[in-house]
Amino acid sequence: MSKVINLKRGFNIRLKGEAEKILGTSTDTDKVALKPTDFPGLVPKLLVKAGQVVKAGEPIFFDKYNSEVFFTAPTSGEVLEINRGERRKVLEIIIKADGKNESVSFTKADPKNLTAEEIKGQLLKSGLWPFIKQRPYGSLAKPSQTPKHIFVSCFDSAPLAPDYEFVFSGQTALLQAGINALAKLTSGKVHLGIRPEQANGVFSGLKNVEINQFSGPHPAGNVGVQIHQISPVNKGEVVWTIAPQAIIYIGKLFETGKLDFSKIIVLSGSEIKSPKYFKTYHGAHLGNILKGATQKAGNERIISGNVLTGTKVSSDNYLGFFDSQITVIPEGDQYEFMGWADPGFNKFSPGSTFFGKLFPKKAYVLNANLHGGERAFVLSGQYEKYVPMDILPVYLLKAILANDIDKMEQLGIYEIIEEDLALCEYACTSKVKVQEIVRQGLDLMMKELG
Amino acid sequence: MKFIQKFFENTKPYVQKGAKYQWLHSVHDGMFTLFFVQKNTSKSGSHIHDYTDLKRTMGIVVLALIPALLMGMYNTGYQHFAAIGELADSNFWEIFFYGFLRVMPFIMVSYIVGLGIEFVFAQMRGHEIQEGFLVSGILIPLIMPINTPLWMVAISTAFAVVFVKEVFGGTGMNIWNPALVARAFLFFAYPSQMSGDSVWVSLGGQKAVDGFSGATPMAQAAAGQPNVDVWNSFIGLIPGSIGETSTLAILIGAAILIMTGIGSWKIIFATFAGGAAMGLILNAFAGTNAYMALPFWEHFIIGGFAFGAVFMATDPVSGTQTERGKWIYGFLIGVLAIMIRVINPAYPEGMMLAILLMNTFAPLIDHYIVEGSIKKRLKRAKVNA
Repeated sequence: MSKVINLKRGFNIRLKGEAEKILGTSTDTDKVALKPTDFPGLVPKLLVKAGQVVKAGEPIFFDKYNSEVFFTAPTSGEVLEINRGERRKVLEIIIKADGKNESVSFTKADPKNLTAEEIKGQLLKSGLWPFIKQRPYGSLAKPSQTPKHIFVSCFDSAPLAPDYEFVFSGQTALLQAGINALAKLTSGKVHLGIRPEQANGVFSGLKNVEINQFSGPHPAGNVGVQIHQISPVNKGEVVWTIAPQAIIYIGKLFETGKLDFSKIIVLSGSEIKSPKYFKTYHGAHLGNILKGATQKAGNERIISGNVLTGTKVSSDNYLGFFDSQITVIPEGDQYEFMGWADPGFNKFSPGSTFFGKLFPKKAYVLNANLHGGERAFVLSGQYEKYVPMDILPVYLLKAILANDIDKMEQLGIYEIIEEDLALCEYACTSKVKVQEIVRQGLDLMMKELG
Repeated sequence: MKFIQKFFENTKPYVQKGAKYQWLHSVHDGMFTLFFVQKNTSKSGSHIHDYTDLKRTMGIVVLALIPALLMGMYNTGYQHFAAIGELADSNFWEIFFYGFLRVMPFIMVSYIVGLGIEFVFAQMRGHEIQEGFLVSGILIPLIMPINTPLWMVAISTAFAVVFVKEVFGGTGMNIWNPALVARAFLFFAYPSQMSGDSVWVSLGGQKAVDGFSGATPMAQAAAGQPNVDVWNSFIGLIPGSIGETSTLAILIGAAILIMTGIGSWKIIFATFAGGAAMGLILNAFAGTNAYMALPFWEHFIIGGFAFGAVFMATDPVSGTQTERGKWIYGFLIGVLAIMIRVINPAYPEGMMLAILLMNTFAPLIDHYIVEGSIKKRLKRAKVNA
């Protein structure tokens, strides 16, 4: 059926705490939050006040520079508070869920019979638009543009990531409805990337799409890697990316005329007693989900997202807008005596300097310690091993550090976002803050070229 | 171990900026991080980081150099006792111990001078002390002839660390390999003391036996009388710089570097391939020139070819950074080393100059590889447009 693209470069980090494929008994989601900080560069204009009662799909704020893009309430309830940071920057808008999950009504129609403009209008109004990201830059898609293609990665290869076949089982019809809507928005195709093992799964039967298979280690599941293999982004071109979860939201919106932001997330990591899946809302408060779930209270790092790209949070924070995963690992803020000279029989490493390589275990507990000091780039040829793209990562990073826009462009900045080089950061001997540098480069490009 | 940790933790406030012993900050930090991997955790980007850091990487390189060092010590003793005609009466430990006592001062001088300068610069710049010199500090003694005066070792080390490393910004920023520059500095600054046949064998004040020459196989070959004792050259029982003589020990080091993935096998392989290619070309045009007729593989076991290929050419900072560039870089080092060696009578050893020359050209090679990548991307954009 579809071609299989074998990716050789990359690395699977074998973390302990993979979730069992069981749906845990859902705890009530008492609070949800929308966080403008989940969108780099977004300046929100608030439309609600504390105390206001909202339904799912009711606008909460909009993008100052893209006033058609609305961000809406994930569920029905009362706006509890608006948290601001320095210079009154809006950090999060918290909504106390009433448990009824009532939605604003939208047009119920088969997307096949709607025009692209009608579909766009409905997505913008309902708050589903922000789920669409664009490449270059990984920023919010611009409603005025028509992308070359739309890409969807239908598997997540990151450590302890949710299994999409499990999460989306039985939802093929909704996915199809969502895809029919998206297909109207592009001049090209909707490309799905799946694993060869998913050839008979939830996604393989979808119509109106082009399915490509990718085998190989992480980051094979990164949509950026898949774009690079199928139709790389050149200067001046735009493609859009969207996650399967959002396609389901879109499908539901057109099938029922209602918004339902409930989703299944995975709770995983070595510090979780019994890692499993949970049903909740996007932007859900983590307190109830984590209550009693961790091994011992205290010295642990809670991450919204995976260990490579996620955000550090506390149990009083909220799930990130795009995240379907909570990972809890030890913080690791202890000294290690002569750690650098340890033969390392129990250490897991992508390199070959520890004896642990000869005695592989199935899974390892890794903590958030840096395991060394920050240095200049010293080793060469290290990053390339983890980037299955025709890109010279170190040269690109150096171009970013030098603020050299021409060089960045020539070396392929349009093709990557932070997550695509996250493995380099993990493996880096010099502990270079790769993702921070990439973000700095993307921000500069957006500022200078728009 | 708790008390060491306590000691460093308790003393830390005294060496902070503005505190009484502020000038000890870098030293404190250097020692603390040597004993303990710090408790710092990830603040941005990836939450997990690999256990490998620069200390580990450099530690592995030092480990890979140990066989060459030990063989160098043994050979120093061996050459000594052979020269004074007492080899048959000396046992293994006597031979090794003589070499040990002769070589250790080199290592100490190199580390004290080099690390001293590093500490000062780290303090001045407010940097952490970087690990690069751990390797340079052992490389420098290993490429010195045993009769080099210690003050020369000190001066050349200081020159290399200051003018080749620190002025460029420290570890990771240098253009040339510091250890090789130290050697080149000596070679050009003190030519009379650094060449000839008397520098290679430590007599230790005793009289050499009649007929002893002390000439290295390289010098003999350059004089037109190549006489390579294959077995002794491979094991390392020939006159030469301290660490470069034993091809066997160097191969053990190469195995460690390649298995741990720290040395680039591409560079090592390409260097030997380049040397072989040039050796064969010279053979083809040899005529009556005995040196040109030397079988190509004999070049690998004499002089510093193997040592340079394994430990010097593979320096990731001064070499090429691109994977394709590594093939070109290594190959040209091999070609140039043999060419300089055989054809230029002024320099008996071509490896040092070949590597320094290619260090200089490494950015150029990389430039063309990067340009290639850029052109490919542009072409793709045009095809699609």
